[in-house]
Amino acid sequence: MESTVKVEPVAVKVEKLEKAYGSQQVLRGVSLEIAPGEIFVLMGPSGSGKSVLMRHLIGLEFSDAGTVLIGDEPAHSPETHSRFRTALVFQAGALFNSMTVYENLALYPREHRLYSESEIRAKVTAVMEALSIEAAGLKIPAELSGGMKKRVAVARAIIMEPQLILYDEPTSELDPILAATTSELIATISRETGATSLVVTHDRELALSIGDRVALLMNGQLVFTGTPQELKESRDPQVREFMNPTIDPDNPRFRKQENNS
Amino acid sequence: MNKVLELFEWLGSGVQMTLKTFRYVPSLPRHWKQLVEQCLFMGYATVPLVGILSFFIGAVLALQIGYSIVDFGVKNYIGTIVGLSMVRELSPVMTAVMVTGRVGSAVTAELASMKVYQEVDALRTMNIPPERFLVLPRVAAIILVMPILLIVSVIAGWVGGQIVCEVVPWIGLSSQSYYNSLKSFMVMGDITDGLIKAELFGVGILLIASHLGLRTSGGPREIGAAVTRAVVVCIIFILIFDYFITNILI
Repeated sequence: MESTVKVEPVAVKVEKLEKAYGSQQVLRGVSLEIAPGEIFVLMGPSGSGKSVLMRHLIGLEFSDAGTVLIGDEPAHSPETHSRFRTALVFQAGALFNSMTVYENLALYPREHRLYSESEIRAKVTAVMEALSIEAAGLKIPAELSGGMKKRVAVARAIIMEPQLILYDEPTSELDPILAATTSELIATISRETGATSLVVTHDRELALSIGDRVALLMNGQLVFTGTPQELKESRDPQVREFMNPTIDPDNPRFRKQENNS
Repeated sequence: MNKVLELFEWLGSGVQMTLKTFRYVPSLPRHWKQLVEQCLFMGYATVPLVGILSFFIGAVLALQIGYSIVDFGVKNYIGTIVGLSMVRELSPVMTAVMVTGRVGSAVTAELASMKVYQEVDALRTMNIPPERFLVLPRVAAIILVMPILLIVSVIAGWVGGQIVCEVVPWIGLSSQSYYNSLKSFMVMGDITDGLIKAELFGVGILLIASHLGLRTSGGPREIGAAVTRAVVVCIIFILIFDYFITNILI
């Protein structure tokens, strides 16, 4: 993608993070580190606390205990937002429904007065072309399909030239072809911009295909952190339970299904 | 005890939002497009309603006053009473109530929907404060629109009173006498007091509506609940605040 700009990636460090909503303990002493430029995939079943952990990283939630550092700054401090550019690709897109797709993409540079209006137009057009969404420029998000909305959300993140990109369930509600394209897109963005990426998903294929490292969160606790290969080979019963053998690419049953189809 | 704490927390976060909003006033020229859009929306949504309702408020007021005083031979004062009541009290309060119903509810619904569908979170992640981008243009718009609404309301109310005085046979007060009596007791201070009230009500309504919208959490069902809450809180605010501000202005 010619439209992407190389950025200085940022490290992420989470230490003994605790979070409860009322009597429900969601995160129980989660600790993890993400190296600059790494694609880190956080997996876990629904309700395991993945999205809550991610909201802490972007400063949308305050922890009960523990620390979350982006670079060397606490995630929710105003300095973090002024020093580091962090983008979040929301699961449902969270596009601004009162604006066109173009205006959605132009919002960040306009609000932060990063470029002149003609430069913004050039930049937005380039990103739209790179993601094949140029035809949607004048549409409002409500007129877009689910896959298109995801692409626009990714485009909005790219425009920010972020040092850290967080993806919340990027392949959910997408058909297998679009899901594969989105996975490829995440890997390409990470490779070309150099940005640190955290992908929150329960899509095992996505995790295994693009992650430099993978972590598994269950009941608010990290039960595994390692490479995709280590995840596949793990003998931990919780990990094995989560990694359904039917979609393990090395599993003979999966191959049979694949051949049949 | 929890309810008291919740109330203080609600008030605290409201004050915080208000301070943040006014801190971003220098950035307002950047949002002129939104400001114009909001002014048009607020005016378009409210002017006809304010005009029609105020016309009938003035008419009913003239009718009631006429009924009460016509036997005492002081019907010439109907214009004074309608004129002062509209400009000092009824127009600011009724305009505020209508702004609550048309504008306040719409603002809460829009912001609550943006909150529920994570658009507000998206703004925060883009380091764009919702107070600057969403609240400030709306508050500025109501500051610009409220005097216009008040003037429309006052004039409609006066006209309503005048028509009743002229066409109701047992009142039978000419337009000239009506307006002469209206003018003779009115001073500039009455108009400025009405404007001050209307502006304060308008800003209060928009801040309450925005605050309740931005605090909405949960699913789409909460949007409706937030709108109801906003309308109730705004009307309570208008009536209670009206007493205190009237006390100060008198």
